[in-house]
Amino acid sequence: MRTPAATPAAYLQIDDVVKDFGGGAVAVNHVSLKIARGEIFALLGASGCGKTTLLRMLAGFEVPTSGRIVLNGQDLGAMAPYQRPINMMFQNYALFPHLTVWDNIAFGLRRDGLPKDRVAEKVEAMLKLVQLGKFGKRKPHQLSGGQQQRVALARSLAKQPQLLLLDEPLGALDKKLREETQIELVNIIEQVGVTCVMVTHDQEEAMTMATRIAVMSEGRIVQVGAPSEIYETPATRYVADFIGNVNLMDGSLTTDFPDHAIITCTDCTHYVGHGITGITGISGTTEITGVDGMNVSVAMRPEKLRLTRERPQDMQPDEKGWAAGHNQVRGTVKDMSYFGSFTVYHLQLPSGQMLRISESNTERHRDNPLTWNDTAWASWSPSAQVVLAA
Amino acid sequence: MGLLVTVGPSGAGGMKLNLPKLTGRNAVVGIPYFWLLLFFLLPFFIVLRISVAEMETVTFKDLLTYVDGSLQLKIKLSNYLFIAQDALYFKTYLNSLMYAAVTTVLCLSIGYPFAYFMARAKATTQPLLLMLVMLPFWTSFLLRVYAWKGLLGDGGWVANVLIAVGADHLLLFTGLIAAEGKFMNTPFSLIIGMVYTYLPFMILPLYANLAKMDLRLLEAAADLGCPPWLAFWKITVPLSKAGIIAGSMLVFIPCIGEFVIPELLGGPQTLMIGRVLWDEFFSNNDWPMASSVAVVMVLLILVPLAIFNKYQAQATEVRR
Repeated sequence: MRTPAATPAAYLQIDDVVKDFGGGAVAVNHVSLKIARGEIFALLGASGCGKTTLLRMLAGFEVPTSGRIVLNGQDLGAMAPYQRPINMMFQNYALFPHLTVWDNIAFGLRRDGLPKDRVAEKVEAMLKLVQLGKFGKRKPHQLSGGQQQRVALARSLAKQPQLLLLDEPLGALDKKLREETQIELVNIIEQVGVTCVMVTHDQEEAMTMATRIAVMSEGRIVQVGAPSEIYETPATRYVADFIGNVNLMDGSLTTDFPDHAIITCTDCTHYVGHGITGITGISGTTEITGVDGMNVSVAMRPEKLRLTRERPQDMQPDEKGWAAGHNQVRGTVKDMSYFGSFTVYHLQLPSGQMLRISESNTERHRDNPLTWNDTAWASWSPSAQVVLAA
Repeated sequence: MGLLVTVGPSGAGGMKLNLPKLTGRNAVVGIPYFWLLLFFLLPFFIVLRISVAEMETVTFKDLLTYVDGSLQLKIKLSNYLFIAQDALYFKTYLNSLMYAAVTTVLCLSIGYPFAYFMARAKATTQPLLLMLVMLPFWTSFLLRVYAWKGLLGDGGWVANVLIAVGADHLLLFTGLIAAEGKFMNTPFSLIIGMVYTYLPFMILPLYANLAKMDLRLLEAAADLGCPPWLAFWKITVPLSKAGIIAGSMLVFIPCIGEFVIPELLGGPQTLMIGRVLWDEFFSNNDWPMASSVAVVMVLLILVPLAIFNKYQAQATEVRR
């Protein structure tokens, strides 16, 4: 487990960067980020959110409309891509098809005017690092997707860049290979110790590989944080919905105390184990004061819910303000999706809203299993919810 | 590369002799083969036969005769020996190859930048540029070549411009024209005519190749420390090799046998094989000699074509 620094000293500093291609939408809209040395930082977002444009500005392929990018104390503004101490692993790799694996890796070293034996030494070291020692003489089209990916990595690491950029590094691989490669890729990057900025639309990829994630939407950064922070305390409905699965319920704030709050929704009453006033999550950036009757959204991950045939026992009967019937709801099983290790139940609530509940399949067989149109109860603990601005 | 004719059956048949079934696919593939067989291969064998035949006033003697119980095969090689021995033919072949090569190099150096900028132009302007390249084909080839006679002849405006900028001194110095201010019927006018005529055949395959290129490769090169001009030599040029070869062959091969342009624009200095062929057939009426010249020329073209096909196959393999 890599532990991110709480307030990283800026190694790469992106300062109020704007990129406007003209024609309405702004691709990157006043983005500021500080990335520490040795971090693997992921820019995560749906396609068209501006993450690739931001990466291309780091590489120098796009020029910011305004703002500064400073790497290790050096302003990159006036530098052409071929002058920057930055290398990129391209989406679909962009390996030179007319050159061998060896020459692909040597390409950047030769541009530095290194003597032949130094180039050979470094290429051999790179081939060894990515375990492609025997493939130096092959052409890229003679390699599998996973091997091509490793050549691309070796080529981008060969010049020992101050910053490594990864553009959808695993996007071209199939699922099984992707999982293996994720770990391998992180191991190599950490072995080399290079600071890394990656772009991905795949939240799983970002979660497993990155030390910190910036979620982007419509050219802006919505939330920055460690993977667990992004998942467990999303700042907005967008982040909650984009990362993983989530149940969102709209309701209004009934009671707000420092240690608990009660939110009334159409189908149920939420007892939340903390106060609403003063938390930053609720509106994304600014602290707000909870007002009775204020409209809020309650977000719950499907795996934080329990599903039972019988009405569950009250969770926290001793807690202050707790009343029977809090944090539970009755519904009808309308759909079940079996994923092997877990099953997702779709519970229809009286209002018609669907609640997704994920149950681990810890037993091979279940006695009296729930099935379509069965009535069941969902329940959750007071720490399961995240309260967001409506 | 849709412009090119592939030679040889496409993987069908193999060693086993199995007659192809009459399917739609075979018919579609078969018709062009049948066409080439009937109108190229068969005539070629007739020409080959004439080139080694003995003349008998107006007819040719049979190659195979049965006289007094002995089968005689008579192949007359004297025409070929004559070609090999007479310096004129050798010089003419060399001339043809030289002019074809010069034309190809000039077409490539003019056509490559043109094709490059066409391929990198905005997608909306590309069809317009492509149409401009094809525009000359809307006028008869003969008329266009004839027009150069007027443009380069005495008082032609191209000639006047060349004289005005003093280009004729340079051309005289390099030996491309014979006298100051006289451009017609010189190597210069011949090369102008050939480059002008064959330039589109260079541009089109180059354009097709360059337009397909993955531009991210240039970004990758820049990312690895390669300035743009070096990226052009290291990435763009090697990757367009197939286009360069295709365009060069499309210019070089017809240029060798070109008859009309040397006849209209060339002069006494620019004897090319096409004109020799014409003279043997129609002035000297020596068909066997003319056929021999033709056979040698076909062989001169077939060899580069074979090399070209080999490169073409390799290039497509790399791209896959």
